[in-house]
Amino acid sequence: MLAAALKARFSPLLVLALIMVLVPLIAPSSFYLRVAALVWIFALAALGLTILMGYAGQVSLGHAGFLGIGAYAVAIGPAHLGLHPLLSLVLGAALSGLIAFLVGRPILRLKGYYLAIATLGFGVIIALVLHSESAVTGGPDGMSVARLTLFGWRVSGAQNWYWISAGALLIGAFLALNIAASPTGRALKALHDSEVAAAGTGVDVGAKKLVAFVIGAVYAAFAGGLLALMNGLITPDAASFMHSIELVAMVIIGGLGSVLGAVVGAAFLVVLPQALTGLQEYEQAVLGLLIMVFMIFLPAGIVPTIRNWLLERVS
Amino acid sequence: MAEFLQLVFSGLTVGAVYALVALGFTLIYNASDVINFAQGDFVMIGGMGTVFLAATGIALPLAAFIAILGAVIVGLLLHRLAIEPARGASPVALIMITIGASIFIKGVAQVVFDKQFHSLPAFSGDAPIAVGGATILPQSLWVVGTALVLFVGLYLFLEKTLIGKALLATAANRLAARLVGINITIILALAFGVSAAIGAIAGVVVTPITLTRYDVGTLFALKGFAAAMVGGMGHPLGAVVGGLLIGLLEAFGAGYISSTYKDAVAFLVILLVLFFMPRGLFGGRSVERV
Repeated sequence: MLAAALKARFSPLLVLALIMVLVPLIAPSSFYLRVAALVWIFALAALGLTILMGYAGQVSLGHAGFLGIGAYAVAIGPAHLGLHPLLSLVLGAALSGLIAFLVGRPILRLKGYYLAIATLGFGVIIALVLHSESAVTGGPDGMSVARLTLFGWRVSGAQNWYWISAGALLIGAFLALNIAASPTGRALKALHDSEVAAAGTGVDVGAKKLVAFVIGAVYAAFAGGLLALMNGLITPDAASFMHSIELVAMVIIGGLGSVLGAVVGAAFLVVLPQALTGLQEYEQAVLGLLIMVFMIFLPAGIVPTIRNWLLERVS
Repeated sequence: MAEFLQLVFSGLTVGAVYALVALGFTLIYNASDVINFAQGDFVMIGGMGTVFLAATGIALPLAAFIAILGAVIVGLLLHRLAIEPARGASPVALIMITIGASIFIKGVAQVVFDKQFHSLPAFSGDAPIAVGGATILPQSLWVVGTALVLFVGLYLFLEKTLIGKALLATAANRLAARLVGINITIILALAFGVSAAIGAIAGVVVTPITLTRYDVGTLFALKGFAAAMVGGMGHPLGAVVGGLLIGLLEAFGAGYISSTYKDAVAFLVILLVLFFMPRGLFGGRSVERV
C-alpha cells in the first residue's frame, strides 16, 4: 500500500496539504507562520524551476530575474500606473512570461555551460536595470509596495499571508503534477533524456523547451509578486545572482524533478538563515559548504533519496 | 582623440585582468571540463591576502608571494576536496559545486578579513605618464606587463616543458593521456594550482587600481568567463583576445554611453556572441554526435 501511495500521482499534494494544516497548529508564534509563508512562496518559485530543470533538464542561473519582474510589477503597477495590486500581479506574470518567450528562443538553443552562462547574463542584466532605473524602481533602496486590498478587506498579518501563500503553492503544485503527466510533460522528459531521440520521435524540442521556460518564468513572477505584497517592500536584491543560485540550490538540494523536493529545498534554504541568526557572519560560508556537500554526496537530492529508500524497503 | 586614447588605456588595463581570469578558466576547462566559478575568488585572495599581510609589517613582495601561495593551496584543496570526489557528475552539478565553493570562499573571507574595501599602494608611484594627450598610471603598465609575462610564461610552459605537454595531452584526450602513462590526477591538480596562481597574481597587481573586497571575485569571474566564451571556450589565445575585447568594450560603453550600465556590457556581449557565434571567435564548428 505504501508503495502504491509513493507512486500515486497526487500523493505529494496530499502530503503538502497535510503539512500546511499542521504547521499553524504547532507554530508557537506568528513569526513561525511568517517564515512558513516565505517557504511556500519560495517553493512556488522553485517549482517553476523544477519544471524547467527537473522535467526538461535545462538549467537557468538567472531565474531570480523573473522573480524580480513579478515583484516589481506589484510595486510599480499601483504606484505609477494606478493599477489594482491583483491586476498588477497577473500583468507581471504575463510580462515575465512574454519576456521569457522572447529571450527563450535564442537562449534555449544553447546547451550545458553555455545555457547556464546565457541565463546568468540575462538575470544579471535584469537586476542591473532594477538597480539603476531609480526614477521607476527606487534604485538600490528599492520601493515600498502598497497593501493588497480585496473588496475593502486590507490583507495583512502573518496568518492571512500564510493561507494565501499556501493556497498559491497548492495550486502551483497541482498544475506542476498535471504538467508532468501531460503530453508536454512526457515530451519534456523525453528531451531531457536525449534530445536527438526525442526529436526523432517527433517532439518539437525547441518549442517544448520554450514552454518549460515560459512556465518557469510565470511561476517565479507570481512568487515574486506574492513576496513583494507580503513584505510590503522590494529591493533589487530579489533579482540578484545570489538569489538565482539559491533558487537552483533549492531545486537541487530538495531533489531535481520532484514537486515535494522543491518545497523541502525551499524550506531548507529559507529556514537556515533564520536558524543561523546568531551566527550571521558565517551564513554565507555555511550556505556555500552545504551546496558543495549536497552536490557531491547527495546529488539526487533529499526527497528522491528518501522516496527510493522507502520504495526499496516496502517492495 | 585624447579621450578615445584614455578609454583605450583603461580598457586594456582591466581587459588584461579579465584575460588573466579567462586564461585561468581555460586552463582548468581544458584539463578537466570543469568551469570553475571560484576563479574570480583567487583574484580576491591575491589582493586581500596581500593587503592584510602587508598590514602586519611584512614587505610587499613577500606579502604578495605568501598570498599567491595561499591562493594556490585553496586551488589545490578545491580540486582535492570538491572536484575530485564528484568525478563524473553532470555539468550542472559541477557548476553548482564551484559556485558553492565560491560562496564558501567569500563567506570565509568576510570572517577572516572584513567587509571593507581595501587598496594597496601603487608599485612605482602615482605620477601619471602623459601619452598623446592622455595619461597612463604606472600601475596600468604593471598590470599589462604582468599579464604579458604570464601569457608568454604559460605558452612556454605548455609548449616547451614535458609537464605542460602532458597537460595539453590530458586536455586533448584524457583516456589516451592515461594510456601513455600520464598521471591525470596530478595534472588536474596542477591545472587548478597554476590557474589559482594566475588569478592571485592578477589580484595583486590590479588591487592598487580597482580596490578589493571579499566579494569582488563574482564580477571578475563573470567577466573573465564572458571573455573566455567570446574567445571560444578552451582556446588560450581566444581567452586573451576576449579579455581585451571585453575590457575595451566596457571602457567605451562607460565613456560614451552610460557608466551605470558598464557591468551590463560584458553580459550583452555574451548574449550576442552566444546567439550569433555559439562557439566564440576562435571556436571551431561543432557536430553533435549521438
